[in-house]
Parts: sequence; C-alpha cells; structure tokens
Amino acid sequence: MNAATTTERPTAPAPESGPNTAVRITPAATVQHGALLTWRSLLKIKRNPEEILGLTFMPIMFAGLFVFVFGNSMSDGGWQSYRDFIIPGIAAQSVIFATVGTGVTLNTDIEKGIFDRFRALPVARSAPLIGAILGDMVRYVLTVAMVLIVGFAIGFRPESGLVGLVAATAVVMLFAFGLCWLSAFMGLLLRTPMAVNIFGSIWMFPLTFASSTFVNPENMPSWMSAFATVNPVTHVVDTMRGLLLGGPVAEPLLWTAGWTLVLTAIFFPLATRAYRKRA
Amino acid sequence: MTDAIRAEGLVKRFKNETALAGVDLTARTGAVLGVLGPNGSGKTTMVRILSTLLLPDEGRATVGGYDVVTEPHQVRRQIGLTGQYASVDEELTGTQNLVLIARLFGFSRPGARARAAELLERFALTEAAGRAARTYSGGMRRRLDLAASLVGRPNLLYLDEPTTGLDPHSRNEMWDVVRGLLDDGVTVLLTTQYLEEADQLADDIVVLDRGKVISQGSPDQLKARAGTQVLQVQPADPGRLTEVITIVEAVSGAEGRSTDTTANAAVTDRAVLPEVVRRLDDQGIALAELTLRKPSLDEVFLALTGHPADDVPGGRDTAPATLERTTH
Repeated sequence: MNAATTTERPTAPAPESGPNTAVRITPAATVQHGALLTWRSLLKIKRNPEEILGLTFMPIMFAGLFVFVFGNSMSDGGWQSYRDFIIPGIAAQSVIFATVGTGVTLNTDIEKGIFDRFRALPVARSAPLIGAILGDMVRYVLTVAMVLIVGFAIGFRPESGLVGLVAATAVVMLFAFGLCWLSAFMGLLLRTPMAVNIFGSIWMFPLTFASSTFVNPENMPSWMSAFATVNPVTHVVDTMRGLLLGGPVAEPLLWTAGWTLVLTAIFFPLATRAYRKRA
Repeated sequence: MTDAIRAEGLVKRFKNETALAGVDLTARTGAVLGVLGPNGSGKTTMVRILSTLLLPDEGRATVGGYDVVTEPHQVRRQIGLTGQYASVDEELTGTQNLVLIARLFGFSRPGARARAAELLERFALTEAAGRAARTYSGGMRRRLDLAASLVGRPNLLYLDEPTTGLDPHSRNEMWDVVRGLLDDGVTVLLTTQYLEEADQLADDIVVLDRGKVISQGSPDQLKARAGTQVLQVQPADPGRLTEVITIVEAVSGAEGRSTDTTANAAVTDRAVLPEVVRRLDDQGIALAELTLRKPSLDEVFLALTGHPADDVPGGRDTAPATLERTTH
C-alpha cells in the first residue's frame, strides 16, 4: 500500500519546522512578527539596569520630592492634600517623559543596524516599528503603575477605586499613543540618539510644567495661564483627576481625545514615511 | 545552472554623491564572489541593494532568480546578511538573538531553541549563550552575527566586511569559519578592503572603485594585473635614488614609483631580487633597505586605475586606517 495514503494527518506540529514558505506576508504573519519584536523590546527591560532604574527610581523620586518638598507650602490642606492633587499629574508627566525613549530607542536600533537585520528577513516591513511601539506602550503602563504604587505607599487612596485607576491609566495611555508618534518621528528624522534625546526632552519641560500638573493654572500670569489652558497635558491631567478624585471628566476627556487625534493624524503618517525612507 | 546574483547597471545616488555608477555583477552559484574596494567605493551600498534594504535608482538585479525590487520577500527568504550594518542586539543574549530570528523565520518555539543551540555550538559560543551580546569580544560578536545570518539556512550569504576591525588572530578564525560555510555549498558574496582576504576566500573577485567595477577575474588574474609583490629599495645615499629607479625598472619591467627615499615597483617574479642586488652592487650603490612585500590595496588600485585608493569624503564606510595593510 502507498505510504502516503495511509499516513494520518499529523496532529502536532513537526518538532523542527523550517523557514517559512509563504510567498507573501499575511496579516496574521504581520501580527506574529510584531508580537515577536514586542517580546524582544520587553526582554531588554530585564537586561538593562538603566531602564529598570528609569522605570522605578524616577517615579519614586518625582512623587516623593514633589509631595514632601512642596506639599505643605502648596496647599492649605497640608502635604496630604497636595499629594492627592499631584499623583495623577506625576503619572502623566512620567509617561510623557517616557515617550522620549521611544524615539531614542528607534534611532539607536537603526543606527546599530539591528533594524537592517530584521528587514533583510522575510518579515513584514512594519514589524520592527510595531514591535518598538507596542513594547514602549507596555513601558508606559509600567511607568503609570509605578507612580500609582508609590502614591499608594504614601497614602494616596482615590475614591473611585480600581475602576478609576484603570480609567485614568487608559486616558494617559491614549494620549501617550498619540505623543509617541511625535517621538518616533524625531527618532527617525534626527541623526544620533543624543540629538533625539535633547530635542525630544526640551519640549517636555514647558509641556508638563506649564500645565495643571503641579499647580492650578489660574494662579499663573495670564499669558502663561492661557498656554496652560490649551496645553494638552492640562486636559490629560484634568481628566485623570476627574476620574480619580471626582470632578468634570467629559470636557477634558474630549480635549484629550481631540489632541490625541491631532497628534496621531500628523505624526503617524510622518513617522511611518520616515521609517520607510530610513529604516 | 542560473547564477545566484545577476546585477545589471545598478545606479544609486545619495544627496551629494553617486555611490554606484552602473555596476554589473554576477555571482556563480556555489562560489565565493569577493567584492574588493576601499572605503566609499560602493560595496556596502551594493550589498544593501542586493539584500533589499535599499532600492536602486537605475538598473536591475536578481537574487536566486527573484527581482530585488519587485519580489523582495522571495529574495529575503534566500539570503543571510551579516556585516557592519546588520547587527545583533547587544542587549539580548546569544540564545535570545538567535531564537528571535528563528521565530521570525517561522520556526516553532522548540524548533527555534534547537536551531539556536545548534548554531551556538557550531560557532563555539555555547558557553557564552546566556550572556548579553554586549559582553562578547569582537570576534565572538562577529561569529554570533554570522550565526544569526545562517538561522534561516540561506542559499546565499552576504558577508559585508566580516573582518574589518578584528585583530589578526580573530581574522584568521573568521576565515576558517567562512571556509567551513563553503563546504555547505552556500553561495557567498564577500565584501572586503583587504586584498589578502579576497585572495584567501574568493573564487572570483570584482574590484569596485568610486561606484564602478574596474576589474574582475580570478584572484590569480587580478594579481597578475597588479603584480604579486612589491619590490622596495632604499639607497643609503638618497642622492642615488634616480639610479636605483632606473635599475629597478629595467629589471622588473614595471614602472617604478618613488617616495623621497625609496623606489617601488610591482614584480611578479621573485627572481628579480638577486638581479637587482647584483646590478646595484655593480654600480656600487649601498642600500639602507631592500624588501619584497605583498602589495597594499593602495598599490593594487594604483596599478589598476592609475590613481590611489582614496577615501571618499562622506562615504558610508568610516573604519579608519584599514587601507594600509600590514605586510607579512
């Protein structure tokens, strides 16, 4: 009898599958390749002490310093009251600063030729970019979680509980998704990781400080207050405060969503075009 | 049998330079094609086009019968790329680097781990498998890089300056590794700045200069054109240099060159050495130095092009001081 006719369909995959034989990249393959390169991005957190430090030490320092240095002077209710005001702001600020890392990492990977290696493989062209962005989204979540943990440790107990925490995290992640395309664009446009770091960071100071992150914009000079009022960071922080501590949510959320849309609409195409050109 | 690579009239321009100015090139299946050229000659640009990382402005190229522009995915399934600009991830361990690439190639999880272990074993990296690649020595990193390019069992391997920057010991190790690959029947395209490397490893050599092929043939043909050795004579009295040049030219039959103190000429026959000594002695010219050495790439270029192998400013290749090859 012919062996081929009696052989059953193998139910388990072969122990060693060979190189893929697909003639073109399917959407499923793109997802799989993107997931593998996200895994690569995340493996690096464990291996890179600077990153662990950045992810843990920075939130601890920022939350700790702002609450205990400024707390009693900033609020009639003492540092406890300022703590509740500022923890959502610190969470947003930490994530916004973390987006700079997205551009720096992209730039470093391209400069070192790591993306060339991936792109000479039969994988989806967009997979390295997808991996980098998704890996960083996980970093952003870890950053928010770290700030909230520090906040919890010093007595931050938002009324809205877990639902509020998750919702506030979702809001800041939404905005970070829009902002990371700006950072990615700079990472793909500028020559060196150093330049990306400098040009990526300088805006972050006016953006996060001239906002409602640390003080109420009403107490600023009128021109600064005007800037702080339209500053997207103000809307993000206000939404988070609303969700965590109670207060208006709908309006700042709408602004946040609008800003995210604008950022994404401008910088997603710019970044992907720069990626196709450079990487 | 079809050729592994066929390129016709490849042109690539960057902002203020023409990296490739019409390159034709053929790599025979199962052979090693050495692409020899100095910094900025267009070697890396060519490899990047042939590995689908860069689109040519003009011309066409097929790899394994597939067009690099219109069928990049099929090309990528055939090739392995290693070299200065396709690097491993330094933050990941040796194993993680190889497993990741194997998974991207569609290996199952256990399959990928098995393939990684096999390659680490083959390139003597098993002991370092669990360490981050950033802790590897230069030679180990190149071996990991090579292992990474072999994960998908390519038919065609690009080795872009595989030994640039390595010490002589690591270079010899790398050469042995490359020779080992050839036994597997892989077609190799090797770019190098070292004449000796091309001589040692390549079956055919293409010499690139300023984005153009200026010479091609077997290593022997190339050396016959450029001279296998350089005779270098320095008289004790610099005032007698002109006489020395006359003698050297007469004996070698090649055009002599001179610096302030020494006369140089390409020679193909070692027998010229005693003849030169005899004539110098007849003339009573005392010598400060007399050497017979392998030509530097510079000298090969001078012989082939009439101009030195200059470093093109703003070229992509930036490794310093590699044009001067140490003589043995």
